[in-house]
Amino acid sequence: MMEITEGSHAVAHAVKLCRPQVIAAYPITPQTHIVEALAGMAADGEIDCEYITVESEFSALSACLGASAAGSRVYSATTSQGLALMFEVCFNVAGLRLPVVMTIANRALGAPLSIWNDQQDSISLRDSGWLQFYAEDNQEAADLHYLAYRVAEDHRVLLPAFVCFDGFVLSHTYEPVNVASQEEIDRFLPPFQPPQRLDSKDPISMGMYATPEYYMEFRYETDAAMHRANAVIQEAGMAFDEIFGRNYCGLTESYRLDDAETVFIAMGSICGTVKDAIDQMRDEGEKVGLLRIRCFRPFPLEEVRAALRNAAVVAVLDRNISLGSRGAVVLEVRDALYGSGVKVLGYIIGLGGRDVTKADIRKVAQLAKSGEGDLFYGLRREVL
Amino acid sequence: MPLGLGCSARPGRAKDNRTGSWRVFWPRFDHSKCSKCGMCQTLCPEGCISEDGEGTFQPDLTYCKGCGICAEECPGGAIQMEKEEK
Amino acid sequence: MRELRIHGRGGQGSVTAAELIAVAAFEGGVYAQAFPAFGVERRGAPVQAFVRFSDKKIRLRSQVYEPDYVIVQDSTLIGDVNVFSGMKPGAVAIVNTERPLTRQVPSEITLITLDATGIALEVLGLPITNTTLMGAFAAATGEITTSALEDAIRARFSGDLATKNIEAARRAESLVKGVA
Repeated sequence: MMEITEGSHAVAHAVKLCRPQVIAAYPITPQTHIVEALAGMAADGEIDCEYITVESEFSALSACLGASAAGSRVYSATTSQGLALMFEVCFNVAGLRLPVVMTIANRALGAPLSIWNDQQDSISLRDSGWLQFYAEDNQEAADLHYLAYRVAEDHRVLLPAFVCFDGFVLSHTYEPVNVASQEEIDRFLPPFQPPQRLDSKDPISMGMYATPEYYMEFRYETDAAMHRANAVIQEAGMAFDEIFGRNYCGLTESYRLDDAETVFIAMGSICGTVKDAIDQMRDEGEKVGLLRIRCFRPFPLEEVRAALRNAAVVAVLDRNISLGSRGAVVLEVRDALYGSGVKVLGYIIGLGGRDVTKADIRKVAQLAKSGEGDLFYGLRREVL
Repeated sequence: MPLGLGCSARPGRAKDNRTGSWRVFWPRFDHSKCSKCGMCQTLCPEGCISEDGEGTFQPDLTYCKGCGICAEECPGGAIQMEKEEK
Repeated sequence: MRELRIHGRGGQGSVTAAELIAVAAFEGGVYAQAFPAFGVERRGAPVQAFVRFSDKKIRLRSQVYEPDYVIVQDSTLIGDVNVFSGMKPGAVAIVNTERPLTRQVPSEITLITLDATGIALEVLGLPITNTTLMGAFAAATGEITTSALEDAIRARFSGDLATKNIEAARRAESLVKGVA
């Protein structure tokens, strides 16, 4: 059923339908509306879960870690500085192979303080062992939670997952969302079956000390699980399509790509604006297209390579920067296309809530065609 | 042994590890100087000192590593570390 | 696609107005999108909120620079912010003011002024003008119907508060219909 609702509330409703058994989260702008709604549902008995109030994000994810190790389906949500405070626990959750699902309402990282959107926060946890999904709109933001739990809890994977959606731009936007029913979600998402769990009657130790003889093998196994997730995501996407008629079969989405010479690559809500700009440029005879990265971890290397085979130039829009290097996405794309002869240019764009318009996208297309790239787009030189 | 998921394993028991063989010096307890304060039991890192029913204390030499903390801390000087004849 | 930009100050309900207008438009059978652009998170700071209306799914995420409609909740903003910026020819601006505007208004737009604060104080007893201006918006643009607007207000507020907000919207609506 289509309803018009705020992005945060669409996410909270989706989380409710996933039947989490434990939620621990600490409110922070622009994630607040999600956990506020879930706390309300827990208090009103609409959702059968333990809602643990905590004094920090570090505690929130630590509580989630413990609850997940005990065998529960667990949820949290955060953003920006909150995620930064969880840094240590994030690596532990992944290393312990606990399928916690966490929403990231993407926001810039301080200093300087900014409450506005970019994707620096989740990108900075790139190497932590969490799956990373990026939503273009609020429909997808809701749907990716169902997908994330199913993939994370699959015994071939057993890794935690971020569902990222742009702070304010999606979290605070009212738009129509097709709301799933509990019966549909129950069909798609079976209860969590932990392969092992903490149980005082049958004790195990988890996350023990790994000496140099063992540590590398643990990292290898976690990496292998991340790579196995690629096929599991596609499988889950197909199962989702069968029930809901919405297609998440790939880790990427192609838009008007078939004969495209200039191809954009981007993640998240900016892709809607890029699609509108592409339609305009197509009307004017420009051969442009978009490859949207929906899943950044695992990185869909083969999919990207295959999709960009015939491109002349690729313009990668990064709403993040690895300071002293480049945007995180352009580095991956260059790696995927190494030796192919396809030109890959990077654009740092839309940091800290800087608005990105269709006109900006058209200008980037022009820059890419003229071979100008690897730059910050739209800098206000007058204040430098 | 294959790796446990998330570096997990069945717990072992410290009692299986008979650390008494590591010892070079052993603690000789002189009960005539013992004030029954229990400091030796509290501070023993192996937890191998126990009260003997009279209020005084005895080390379990199966596990005592001979670290000497009990002798160092005993306020009455009732514990002496002595070279062990093996 | 038609676009609305609302200018207000933190605490005046601009974001709620955008949301309720989008809800009413959606109920009327079109795709709608509403979102805020906060400045600093503080009462009294200038706030913008936006609504898009379209017969197709809305993908565009940028802010609104060339609006078909503008609502100004507080005429004191006009000195600080160019509230009429980018308005298309024939676009409609609805401005809450007690007095005629002394500032330059683009000649090619339709300007509607009303004392929404007066109506809100009289009906609600509070200087919160969003529902009043929504009534004016419904009458001036036809983007939302009165009944959809009233449903949206009833879904957001309860009891007496809903009734009063509907009354405020109705007053503004009939006032603007009289003018238009």
